[in-house]
This record gives sequence, structure tokens and C-alpha cells, in this order.
Amino acid sequence: MTHHVPWLSLAIWLPIVAGVVVLASGSEKNAREARVIAFIGALAGFLVTLPLFAEFDIGTSAMQFVEDAPWIERYNIRYHLGVDGIAMPFLLLNSFITVLVVLAGWDVIQSRVSQYMASFLIMSGLMNGVFASLDALLFYVFFEATLIPMYIVIGVWGGPNRVYAAVKFFLYTLLGSLLMLVAFLYLYNKAGGSFDILDFHRLPLGMGAQTALFVAFLLSFAVKVPMWPVHTWLPDAHVEAPTGGSAVLAAIMLKLGAYGFVRFSLPILPDASHALSGFMITLSLIAVVYIGLVALVQVDMKKLIAYSSISHMGFVTLGFFIFNAYGVEGALVQMISHGFISAAMFLCVGVMYDRMHSRMIADYGGVANTMPKFAAFMMLFAMANCGLPATSGFVGEFMVIMGAMKFNFWIAFLSATTLIFGAAYTLWMYKRVIFGEVANAEVGALKDINAREFVILGLLAVMVLWIGLHPAPLTDIMHASVNDLLKHVAQSKL
Amino acid sequence: MNAAILNMPNLLPAYAEIVLLVMACVILVVDLFLEDAQRWVTYVLSLVTLAACAFVTAGLGAISEPVYTFNNMFVSDVMGSVLKLVTYVSVATGMVYSRDYLADRGLFRGEYFSLALFATLGMMVMISANHFLSLYMGLELLSLSLYAMVALNRDSAQSTEAAMKYFVLGALASGLLLYGMSMIYGATGSLDISTVSRTLEMTSANRTVLVFGLVFVVSGLAFKLGVVPFHMWIPDVYEGAPSAVTLFIATAPKLAAFAMAMRLLVSALLALAVDWQQMLVLLSVLSMALGNLAAIAQSNIKRMLAYSTISHMGFLLLGLLSGVVGGNWLSAADAYSASMFYAIVYVLTTLAAFGMVLLLSRKGFEAERIEDFRGLNRRSPWFAFIMLITMFSLAGVPPTVGFYAKLAVLQAAIGSGQVWLAVVAVMFSLVGAFYYLRIIKLMYFDDPVENAVAISPRGDMGVLLSVNGLALLALGILPEQLLKVCLFAIKTL
Repeated sequence: MTHHVPWLSLAIWLPIVAGVVVLASGSEKNAREARVIAFIGALAGFLVTLPLFAEFDIGTSAMQFVEDAPWIERYNIRYHLGVDGIAMPFLLLNSFITVLVVLAGWDVIQSRVSQYMASFLIMSGLMNGVFASLDALLFYVFFEATLIPMYIVIGVWGGPNRVYAAVKFFLYTLLGSLLMLVAFLYLYNKAGGSFDILDFHRLPLGMGAQTALFVAFLLSFAVKVPMWPVHTWLPDAHVEAPTGGSAVLAAIMLKLGAYGFVRFSLPILPDASHALSGFMITLSLIAVVYIGLVALVQVDMKKLIAYSSISHMGFVTLGFFIFNAYGVEGALVQMISHGFISAAMFLCVGVMYDRMHSRMIADYGGVANTMPKFAAFMMLFAMANCGLPATSGFVGEFMVIMGAMKFNFWIAFLSATTLIFGAAYTLWMYKRVIFGEVANAEVGALKDINAREFVILGLLAVMVLWIGLHPAPLTDIMHASVNDLLKHVAQSKL
Repeated sequence: MNAAILNMPNLLPAYAEIVLLVMACVILVVDLFLEDAQRWVTYVLSLVTLAACAFVTAGLGAISEPVYTFNNMFVSDVMGSVLKLVTYVSVATGMVYSRDYLADRGLFRGEYFSLALFATLGMMVMISANHFLSLYMGLELLSLSLYAMVALNRDSAQSTEAAMKYFVLGALASGLLLYGMSMIYGATGSLDISTVSRTLEMTSANRTVLVFGLVFVVSGLAFKLGVVPFHMWIPDVYEGAPSAVTLFIATAPKLAAFAMAMRLLVSALLALAVDWQQMLVLLSVLSMALGNLAAIAQSNIKRMLAYSTISHMGFLLLGLLSGVVGGNWLSAADAYSASMFYAIVYVLTTLAAFGMVLLLSRKGFEAERIEDFRGLNRRSPWFAFIMLITMFSLAGVPPTVGFYAKLAVLQAAIGSGQVWLAVVAVMFSLVGAFYYLRIIKLMYFDDPVENAVAISPRGDMGVLLSVNGLALLALGILPEQLLKVCLFAIKTL
């Protein structure tokens, strides 16, 4: 199948070029122009990902929209792009969220607007690059490069403790990725001088090498997901990051790690994956149960959602390492769904924070009295976060629990507790913040959401409900690729 | 036979050196007749000289076979030409960056330019040396010029102290090197690099004497590169010298030191690779460890960059020590070209870093503390961005060119089966990322100090520094050509 329009390259480079233009246009004086250009860039970036969805062939697990050109011949590094059913939805998710984030920062960000907008656009392009790369080194370059704009976003527009959070975020992630680089180089030498991910998939590897590589990948991806016990950077980063930063971090950046597991760990190292699946499942369950409990006691809304993210991502890694179609597909659906829900939750907190400049649950109460429209939206997202049927949160979790049930009853049982804990911490927070008497004069003076915020939350609500009610288009896209992946995982390389 | 000896040697391979020597003497004399206000003539003449040398060297570089002359004492090959070209670029860029800095401090005098040009000549001789004596001669010419340059600001006690330290330690290192060379001469009966190499391959020279000599040669080399445990002079000299001179010392001489390592260890003593590779492993790991850990504790940016240099030289050695695996030289060109690439990238990046230090310094104010970078993004977003690229390039984060330098040497180490070494290296580069991030943090996250002045560089410096910074990014996106040039240069050695 040949495509004449390089949609993937457009999806990567259009936002980056737009970001550079915004950066070049920007001084403090013409902030308005910077916003408009950024919005146009983000929107165009989203529009060019639509053909990926429209022209996608769901019948095959092969890579589609492939672009392949030599890049650094000295090391046989290629500009090799392509997506399968696993990667494609993430490009859409990412570009979609970027549009919303640009809108969300429209009024709130008043200092260094062009740099803020440019960071998000460039980050969006780079993350599209991560999902579309079929060359390991190209993947690595995009994967690492995303750290730079995020570091700046957290550090410049973040909260009081932003410097600590930004540095912690950067170094934690760098630790993992550097080991991944060593792993890539090892595979490159084993594969006789190729960084092609699909070559890696076919590469025979001994158990010792597989285990060592698995550990290297694990450190890299586990930090990014993040899995317990290397999750501690996430609450810090989320709390300090500006709203847009939190939304992108939760919605997309965490997915990079989980995506790494399905793209690298599982197919390249099937034997090590099987051998260490018990370990991985244990870590995942700790994330689901223990972090769920930790979320319960948070007094800061952003921190609560951050812990909720870790808990939900535990579901994702759990789904991957039970090695059946329900589990893996459910995990992927959960990733997409969590992308929308976590972005929505952070944007909701952002809406309140913009008005009250507080994230503390105790400062709120009775918001529903003054912001009824907002309360309705947040209700929906809170319900989705606890996995209510008919919302997207339900689909993924239900599939993973089904998969786990096939694998082992007790694992399914423990993972299902998330439905209780998730409901507990989300709804309790919702109750304390939204319901009840108007807590203080500031809450009494709140204004309901404006048109811009309405559009942002409305779009997210549509997506959450759409996936919840009719997930088939999404699962159809993934189906062939997931089956192919499972075939790879089942095949021993020893 | 006699007639051949009486004949003029082939001067063509040394044309660039001859041009530089003649012009350096001319500049020395011309400068005597200039008023202070006309000093720009010296400046322009120096730049023109370097441009002329570049023209000649580029022409010679087109010859892919090595050309020997002066009874095999001197060689012109592709590696030499490439390294010399980068040297010219580095020296010329350094002069442009330094102009205002020197003028503000009354150091914008003929001495700086003639010393810099003689130092450049020394580097060129080192790069092209094919004989232990010519190598040593080049090294001494470079070193003596540098000692004087460090003390250029003669009223500064700190500079004088630094120059003294540099001189004493440098003389010691030269002595070590010379002693090692004499041992090798004793064992092989020759000082000619090609002959030494042939002798070692053909006959079984006295190994004990050879390895004994090798230890001294490696020590001398380690001093010139500035790797642990021969690094002591670096922080003090970097801090004590005027920033413009620090820039000079930190950049081009590293290329010459790399060339020296290639000529001595690879061209002459490849037969002893097993021995010197082990020594380099130790030097490399220690440098990466100490350089990165000590840099964290620095509050002076010049000292921080000094320790950063030490760690970078440790990385550079990763390539040199990965060439020969179990007596097999097949991947040698890959590994050595990785080191060469690293050296070039290091020089380009360090130029930009010190360029920024010079940019922030002004009359009566030395931008020496890391704190001086505070809030740069508010004062000048553009130069903050240039510094951002530079710091990420030093840290080895894509998409800057510093990443590919690290990638190349790591690949060399892993390709030779030393995965553990690569893991150690990346762990220390993680430590290193911390202090580079701190600079970015100061520039972007913090507000400027109250009396900070706006940054207004002269046109040429501003443009050149921008080009320098953007080149780090452009080479990071398209590193292919430079990588290929390095590989070709090593293959035609």
C-alpha cells in the first residue's frame, strides 16, 4: 500500500514548525497573535491526523502509512515511520489533547505566552514522532527530546516548588532512558547493524540477554508509566505543573512508557516477559490497590488525580502481562480512555484553580451552587474516572478484569477492587468540592464556565461517552495488531 | 642518493604551516607600529591568516592518500586536514568572541594574537607529526604559548599563579612524555612513527622496556588531554586565566591532543593496544566519575566547565579504548572515528559555552559565577535559547549534536563487547545532566538580579554565537556528513 501524502511526517512536523513560528513571532506585546497562531497550528496538526483514522486498514497487522528514508547512514539509522493499530489512536489522542491544551491556556497564561504555546506544539509533534517511529534510534531521539519542553513547562509556569519537580522529572526519566539507549545499542550490534524495530522483533536472543534487556527497558518504561515504586516523581510533577502541563503529562506522556512495553519489551523479549510476568503483575497490583488507597487520603485535588493516574496505569501494565487478547486490548483502550479522562479531570481542576488559586479540597465546597454547568461536566468525568458503565473508563477496566479472570481469579479479584477504591476517592473528592453548602465567600462569588471552557469540556465529554457507548471502532482498529503482538509474545526465541 | 638529500624537501604538505609561520611573524612586526586605536588591523590580519590557512588545508585535504615530507617527519592526511580545519574555525571564532572582552580589560594587544597564532602553529605541527621529535616540538610550541597566554593579564595574581601551576605541571608532563619516547626509541631503535610501528609488528622488541615507556607516554598524553589522575591543573588554569584565554585552552588544543593520541597510540603503538587500552579504561572511568561529581559542587562556571571537560575527555577515551578487540582490528576505524567525532563536537559545543560566558562579561564585571546566568531568559530570550542548546548538547540530550557524540562512543564501547563500560558511562552522564540542567534552571526558572543589564553583543559576535548554537542543533538533526568525514579520515590514516 503506497501513500503519496506523508501524513505521519505532517503529524510530526506541522506542530513543530508551528511551534517554531510561534516562538519566532513572540514577544510579550503580541501575545494574542501567538495564541492565534498556536491554535491554528494545533488545529492543523489535529486535522492531518484524521486521514490516519479514515484511511486506516483494519484488516492487517502490518505497518501502515510507512515512510522510509535513510537518515544517518553511518550507523544505518533510518527515518522510518509507520503505525499499526496499537500506535495510530495515540497520534489522534495526542493531537486532539494539544488543541484543548492550547485553548485551556488561552487566558490563564499571561507571561511568556509564545514560549508556553510553542513548548506544547513542539512537544505534541515530538510525541507523535515517538508513536510513529519504527527505528529504535529515531524513537529514542523523539522520546528524549520530549523531556526538554516538559522540563521548561513545569519549571517556568509551574507552582511554588516547580524547580524541584522539574529537575526530579527530568533526571528520573533520563535515568531510565539512558539504560534504554544502552539496550538499543546492544540490540543494534546483535542485529548486525540495524536499529529497525521490526528487525529487533525477529532477533533471536538468549535468556540471559533477554533478562538484562528486559530490566533496562523496564527501568525506562516503568519510570515513565510510572509504576510503583518509581512513581514518586509524578505527584510532584503534576502538582507543580500548570494545568496544560498536567493534562499532557497524564494524557500522553505516561502513555509513552506503556507504549514502550508493547512495542519493545513484549515482542522483542517474549521469554523474559513470561518469566518476569509474575513480578510485573505484582507491581501492577500494588499500583492498583496501594496507590488507590494513597489517593484516598490526599487533600490536594491535583495530587489525588495524579495518584489516581498511577493506579489506572497499573491496570494498563497488568493488562499487558496477562498475555491474552482481552487483557492487552483492554489495556490499550484503558490508555486511550485514561488519556481523555485524566486530561478532563486536570482541566476541571484547572478551571477551579484559575478562579480560586487553590487546589486544596478543604478550600472548596458547594461549587455546584455557583457553577452548575461545570458541576455537571465534572460529575461525568468523575464517574468515568471510577469506571461507570457507558463511560470510556468502564470499557478498558472491564476488559482487563475479564482478561485477568481468564488468567487467575485472585488477580482479577484484587484488580477489581479498583472499582471500589476508584469510586471512593473520586466521588468523595467530588462530594466535598462540589456538593454541600457554599463553603466560603470566594466560592459564593464563583462564575460558571465560559464558552471556551464549555467547548473544551464538552469535546472531552463527547469522547468519553462515545468510547463508553460504542468502543467498537477503537477495538476494531487494534484487533489485528493485538493478535499479531500476542503471536509474537507466544513464540519463544530460545 | 646524495642529490636526493640535497634536494629541497617537498614543501607542499606543509604550506599551511608555512603560511601561518610567515604571517605570525609579519603580524608580530606590524603590530609594533600600530597605535592602540588601530589594533583592529592585527585582529583582521589574524583572521585573514587563518582563512588563508583554511583555504590551503582544504585543498590538501582533497588528497586522500597521506603525503609524507621532511624525511617522514611530517604527514599531511585527511585526518590532519579535518582536525586543522576545525582548529582554524575554533581559533578564529574564539578571537571574535574574545574581542570585546579583551578590549574592555586592556588585553586587546598584539601579544594575544601572535601567541594564539603560534599556539595554532604548534597544534598544526602536532596534528601532522609523523615523528616523535616533530610531535614533541609542536607540543612545546603550543604549551609555551599557552603558558604565556594564561599570564596575559600580568597584574592579576590569580592569572600568574595559574600560569605558574600550568607551567610546572606541564613541564613535568612533557618530561614524562619525552622519557617514555626515549624508552620506545631504546626498544625499537627509531623515533619515526611509521618505522616504530613496522618494527613492533615484525620483530619482538623488548616488551618490558616498551610497556615501561608506554606508561610514561600515556601519562604525558593524559596530562595534555586532562584526564584523571592528571587533571589537577585544569580547574585552576581554567579559573585563573582570563576567560578569553580559557576559551582558547578549552577548545582547539583538545583536538591536537586527540591527534597526538592517535599518532602515538594508534599509528605507532597499535601493537601494544592490549596494554594501553587497559590503561585508558581506568583513566576514562575515573575521569567520568570525578569530572561529573566534582562539577556538581562548583559555583564558578569556569570551574564547572573545567570539570565538565574532564568528564568529556573520559567519554572521548571510550572510543580510543574500543578499537582493538582480542587482536582484531576490524572495528578500529569505527571506534577511532567515534572519538574524533566526539572531539570535534566537544570543541564546537565548548566554544558556544565559553562564548556565552564572554557575552555576559562586561567592563569591570566577570560573569564567572553560575548565578550570573540567573534570569537570562528575561534579559535575552534568544541567547538563553542558544545556551539552552549548548547545555543540552553538553549533557548529550537529543536532538542536539552532543547526543550523537555520546551515541558514537557508546556504540564503540558496546560494539567491542564492553557493555558494562557503557552502563557506567551513561550513569555518570546522568549525574552530569544535573549540573547542566541547573544552568537552564537559572536561566529559565529564576528571575534576573535587579541590576542586570541588557545584553547587547556586537553584531559579529552575536551572529557568530547564534550560528554556533544553531549549528549544534542543525548537526544534531543531520549529523550524517560530519560522521562520514570522520570515518573517512580515520580509514585513510
